[in-house]
Amino acid sequence: MKLTHFFASATAVVALTAGAAVAEPAIIYDLGGKFDKSFNEAAYTGAQRWANETGGKYLEIELSSEAQREQALRRFAERGANPIITTGFAMADPVNEVSADYPDTTFVNIDGWIPEIPSNVAMIAFEEHTGSYLVGMMAAMKSESGTVGFIGGMDVPLIRHFGCGYAQGVKAVNPDATIIANMTGTTPTAWNDPVKGGELAKAQIAQGADVVYAAAGGTGVGVLQAAADEGVYSIGVDKNQNHLHPGSVLTSMLKRVDVAVYDSLKAGDALTGGSMQVLGLAEDGVGYAMDENNASLVSDEMKAAVEAAKAKIISGEIEVTAYYTNDSCPVLDF
Amino acid sequence: MDRLPQWADVFLIPLISVLIAFAISGLVIVGIGEDPVVAVQTMISGALGSTYGWGYTLYYATNFIFTGLAVSVAFHARLFNIGGEGQALLGGLGVALVCLAVDWPHWLVALPVAMIAGALFGAAWAAVPAYLQAKRGSHIVITTIMFNFIAAALLNYVLVNHLKPPRAQDPSSARFPSGTNLPTFQDMFSTAETTLFRGAPVNITFFIALIACLLVWLLIWRTKLGYQIRSYGQSEPAAIYAGISPVRITMIAMLISGGLAGMMAINNVMGEAEKLVLNAVEGAGFIGIAVALMGRNHPVGVILAGFLFGFLVQGGAELQFTTSIPRDLIVVIQALVILFTGALDNMVRIPLAKLFTRKGGA
Repeated sequence: MKLTHFFASATAVVALTAGAAVAEPAIIYDLGGKFDKSFNEAAYTGAQRWANETGGKYLEIELSSEAQREQALRRFAERGANPIITTGFAMADPVNEVSADYPDTTFVNIDGWIPEIPSNVAMIAFEEHTGSYLVGMMAAMKSESGTVGFIGGMDVPLIRHFGCGYAQGVKAVNPDATIIANMTGTTPTAWNDPVKGGELAKAQIAQGADVVYAAAGGTGVGVLQAAADEGVYSIGVDKNQNHLHPGSVLTSMLKRVDVAVYDSLKAGDALTGGSMQVLGLAEDGVGYAMDENNASLVSDEMKAAVEAAKAKIISGEIEVTAYYTNDSCPVLDF
Repeated sequence: MDRLPQWADVFLIPLISVLIAFAISGLVIVGIGEDPVVAVQTMISGALGSTYGWGYTLYYATNFIFTGLAVSVAFHARLFNIGGEGQALLGGLGVALVCLAVDWPHWLVALPVAMIAGALFGAAWAAVPAYLQAKRGSHIVITTIMFNFIAAALLNYVLVNHLKPPRAQDPSSARFPSGTNLPTFQDMFSTAETTLFRGAPVNITFFIALIACLLVWLLIWRTKLGYQIRSYGQSEPAAIYAGISPVRITMIAMLISGGLAGMMAINNVMGEAEKLVLNAVEGAGFIGIAVALMGRNHPVGVILAGFLFGFLVQGGAELQFTTSIPRDLIVVIQALVILFTGALDNMVRIPLAKLFTRKGGA
């Protein structure tokens, strides 16, 4: 009992001194976990880069229950952490709720959406549909069968957003192309089920797909593997996955969560909220990956066509419809 | 097997099992280079050292009590209901539909209706496997597990296509109107000077869970129906000979079980989240199995075991906040507790029984 008491007062002292010291930033990883080979891991990569460059330290937690969302935000805010970076759309609502109680703390949310953004909340969104549009174009140009595949993780609006942009890109090149779209599942395990991802990819390949785009977190590893085994092309997601199967991974749709986290950490106390920052092609927030692993797969005309489309999207000449606009996709049914 | 005194069976065996589980967990913590003493202190002070910690511990315990009771009731009829997860998900849907349907004037009006809806949806989800078991002999373990997946798919469909507010990224329902917000312990017990249970999600549902425990005890041990359920569970041929209908008992036991699992939703959906999220149940249905197993299918045991698992979840969260012990370790501790209290029960029981008979004989 005495020990517990001692410990309790010791933490109180630590908490007090921590509050007085220079604020450390904090990162809250969503339920998928820090090492999900995808979205959360990209956030971790960005944070590590900042820590290595500046020698700074940051607090972090991997959530393990829904009730911990608010709990973690409050705990870090009370410890004086600033800014507090959260990953995933599910954190948007808790951030919105909690931010009013801690006006001196800046909260960052990546991927979320809230109708009215409080002045101490910085929202970061990515234009996944435009990046997916470009890789969709590449898929259609590379496809010989005229049939391409899309494999999503969990069936949530965000993944439909990826698939919808991809489908528009495919149709822009080949209006008669067939797009086979499948979701891996309806539970969070769908983000980390490479076996099922591989099965779905094989099923799509059996139906004639010769390019398969995976937007499915860890599940995508199985999709890329199946495509390499069957001798067709695949497209990776979030980070550059070209190196996983050189010669089979056509390209990767980059979503620079790591850059967003790095920039937020670098801004530190200077970070301001109250607005939504949208990172698209112009900001290099999304894009397609080119490196030595896929250089031989992408012809110069393909590159030229995609670069032209990129410029037109940035200038507004091509408008890619976002799934969120009407909660539906003009060229693809899910 | 040797007989044990009841107190040893009910308290001593689980206690020793838990201690062994913690001892091995301690070794694992040493193995990853952390201090197990600090870890235990962090868990205890984090989960029980403040009203805030208690607020989270009791919140999780409330979930586990409902699902633990659900498994217990079915188990008295020797029906292994693995479908608490799906039944609680559907209960959440029922609660959400009620909360969103009308602009409720006061939670006192909304709560009874939400409770009934949650219980009805949960019971309805248990009814199909129960019917298949009673009439067709389809094994309840298999069908209830499968219904968990169907429930997840159904909820996904409803949330993504119907209940999600337009433009929102998160596949969750809109927030419930404030007339449905249940009073939390913070609202109930804080005084003007001191705030107790600050920010913690524990709410009035905790007391409803305790009442449910009492009602289940009355049902199982003090009513004719409870007697029939137990008789059927002990011996089906004897129950049939006594004029008890297996179909009727299977259906009733599973409906009550599903209803209890569905009622969990007033805690996590109505009380905590105040909206329906995709991942609302997050495994409580499965932990309920461990809770029932450890609690010997008795409401008092279920309360104690539910509390232990609530402690593990909240204590585990505190471990993450203050140390660099990863969240996976808490899963290891939980698994060890389940392993020792459930699967390796006899490892403690047999030596203990020998010890007791030797004492009795001497």
